[in-house]
Amino acid sequence: MIPELGHFCLIVALLVALVQAFYGLVGAQRGVAAWIGAVRAAARTQALFAILAFAALAFSFYRNDFSVLYVAQNSYSGMPWYYRIAAVWGDHEGSMLLWITTLGLWTLAVTFFSRRLPDEMVARVLGVLGLVSFGFLAFTLFTSDPFVRILPAPSEGNGLNSLLQDPGMASHPPMLYMGYVGFSVAYAFAMAALLAGRLDSAWARWTRPWTTAAWAFLTLGIVLGSWWAYTVLGWGGWWFWDPVENASFMPWLAGAALIHSLAVTEKRGAFRSWTALLAIITFSLSLIGTFLVRSGVLSSVHAFAVAPRRGIYILTFLVVVIGASLLLYAWRAPRVGMGGRFAVVSREAMLLVNNVVFITATGAVLLGTLYPLIMQALNLGKITVGAPYFNAVFAPVIAPVLFLIGVGPIARWKQETVLTLAQRLKWAALVAVIAGLLFPFAMGRWKPLVALGLIAAAWILASGWVNFRRRIALQGASGMGWRRFRVPRAYAGMLIAHAGVGIFVFGLTLVSAYSVEHDVKLAPGDTTMLAGYALRFEGTRPASGPDYTAQRGTIVVSRNGRAVTTLHPEKRVYIATGTPVTTAAISYGLRGDVYAALGDDVGNGAWTARLYHKPFVEWMWLGWVVMAIGGFIAISDKRYRIRVKAHVATALSPAPNPRPAPQPRAVGLHEGSAT
Amino acid sequence: MKAGIRYLVPIAALLAIAALLGSGLTHDPRLVPSPLVGKAAPPIVLPEVADPARTFDSANLHGKVWVLNVWASWCVSCRQEHPVLMVLRDQANLPLYGLDYKDTRDAALQWLAAAGNPYLSSASDPKGTVGMNFGVYGVPETYVIDKLGVIRYKQIGPLTPQVVDHTILPLVARLSQ
Repeated sequence: MIPELGHFCLIVALLVALVQAFYGLVGAQRGVAAWIGAVRAAARTQALFAILAFAALAFSFYRNDFSVLYVAQNSYSGMPWYYRIAAVWGDHEGSMLLWITTLGLWTLAVTFFSRRLPDEMVARVLGVLGLVSFGFLAFTLFTSDPFVRILPAPSEGNGLNSLLQDPGMASHPPMLYMGYVGFSVAYAFAMAALLAGRLDSAWARWTRPWTTAAWAFLTLGIVLGSWWAYTVLGWGGWWFWDPVENASFMPWLAGAALIHSLAVTEKRGAFRSWTALLAIITFSLSLIGTFLVRSGVLSSVHAFAVAPRRGIYILTFLVVVIGASLLLYAWRAPRVGMGGRFAVVSREAMLLVNNVVFITATGAVLLGTLYPLIMQALNLGKITVGAPYFNAVFAPVIAPVLFLIGVGPIARWKQETVLTLAQRLKWAALVAVIAGLLFPFAMGRWKPLVALGLIAAAWILASGWVNFRRRIALQGASGMGWRRFRVPRAYAGMLIAHAGVGIFVFGLTLVSAYSVEHDVKLAPGDTTMLAGYALRFEGTRPASGPDYTAQRGTIVVSRNGRAVTTLHPEKRVYIATGTPVTTAAISYGLRGDVYAALGDDVGNGAWTARLYHKPFVEWMWLGWVVMAIGGFIAISDKRYRIRVKAHVATALSPAPNPRPAPQPRAVGLHEGSAT
Repeated sequence: MKAGIRYLVPIAALLAIAALLGSGLTHDPRLVPSPLVGKAAPPIVLPEVADPARTFDSANLHGKVWVLNVWASWCVSCRQEHPVLMVLRDQANLPLYGLDYKDTRDAALQWLAAAGNPYLSSASDPKGTVGMNFGVYGVPETYVIDKLGVIRYKQIGPLTPQVVDHTILPLVARLSQ
């Protein structure tokens, strides 16, 4: 009964999504107040039914209802309840339902946090979101129905892919989808603005918090995925340039570009049509990512089933949605004015370089990801592009940003002189160079690339500090004690996110240069040395978990004769699926991780094992988390909650020649502060 | 409106990417081309299935274009492929030989007797050693080998009438000239 109700909810959501799209788009276009007024209710209803459908599937998983085919394929009654719930998005059908539900949550958020926006703008945004929902609901209902019954019902399910039974993996897809799908809001705002013919700074201000929120969620999603690869896959790696990873990384890069370009559009009214295009591109990359993941067009470690029919549907949907958006863009954008002018040395110019760099990097990743398809289409054989391509291309492309990140935020809008910048930043530069040159000595071996990477990291952190100090000085001593250090949250968020980049570069540089990896054979009682640690293997013992049996090894780690920790790497076999999984044991530390994974049993109690020392590897993830935190702090800024005067009268019908956008208005203290 | 043309560039990019993705859908990403195509076929010196006293030696086929089909009585897809092979046998000038892969002689003979024998002769590879040299990883597989003993084509999985008509027969005709 519950699965049928879930299926019914999906159908209702599909129909209501149509109503939502019609009332929103046609209502706003014709200026029918009653229709515009109904959009919010329609959107909420649609979201509610999508969430109910999701709840129905989750409930079927919880109750071990194996008469539902999807449950039988992906669950097993012996799994703990939280992994049974996480199994909802363990495979294709449930992932699509998660997509839809996430879109429902974002739609709900738009209906609640849009009270200060003009009704007609909200109607258009919700209308566009309704069309997107409709597309994905139809896809799920017609090609990937998760509620199909199987009769007679099997008494037990197949179990979830055991690799996915990990807290990181359980939370990775929802986070990732919050990001992916969140960009649909930025996209909907851009489409609404294009439809209304008013790409102005008000539009940019409305879009910014949504974009930043989606980007911050995507950041967390990527971190969780990377963390999962590091702890569960047992390869000691954290990023593989796998097509599915790239699929999430490309919207992240484009989203980062969008965040910066929105800053210029809001503050200076420049880059307007470019910003709108970027919003479309970012969401398009989310859609292309969905296509790459869901169609099985590229083989990857994620190895989903090949499903051409689904692939054709998503591809058609993609072409229709993006094609229509780009046509609208091509029609409207040429009439958008240029906005404020700026000099070659100015904050705008630096943000322009930022955009060029991020988009070039996105293009490089896209090219590498699609390269096997290009070769295949041209009949040039079967070639995949691996990490060497990406590392060789990506690092030099992105490098200028690491420099500009220190200069941009401290430069003035419109015009700045190199001399002023040099004077403001000379101490930061000096500190960065000294720290970068000296630190590698502490690691034992001095390497030029390490010094370069550390200079970049130190530069980002030091210039951020200079920026912060200057900001406080400019604010004047308004207040006592700690209040002196109070800065607007959007500004603080930016500084924190940038510091996150510095922390990431620091960890990345050190872990790439100084990792030690040993593949050894260990008999019980053997001791092996690893980067100053002594690792003594004490053999393995059988162990068992809720739904697996395992061989559990014991490795005692000591340094200079003092015990540090004891590691228990496991080789598990999951009962339901019979698949073996290597569970690495990791001793985490800010100065580095000691990582042990069991290989194969070679007889007489001896095992092959992989032992790694990963110096400062935690700092990479820490950096990403700090970036995400910066994003969340930025969106809590109160200026995003200032009611913007509605221009309903001018916007009800799209004027053939939209009047010039209003000049960016000063918003109290914060004008010219945050990027 | 010349300046407006640059606003159409994104659409052109989209169409190019969509065409690429669409072409990708028509291929199976898991299909791995054999590294043996274009290289000399590994020698086959094995007892014949029909009469183990006689030896199947691929060296005797030098100077001829021939087709090698890897099969087994236990293989389900081979049954699906079998009618296509029977038609192929009746085509003029197409020497079709078999490699009976990881099979027992009794079961193989029983199957050939029941369904019909499409092969001029089959080599018996009960341990799969020769099959391993050919890189067999799914039965059935089919190879086209030219006069110099070089593998010119490899098909993994059952032959279909389309593959026979559009690929194998034209290739054999070309190689035989």
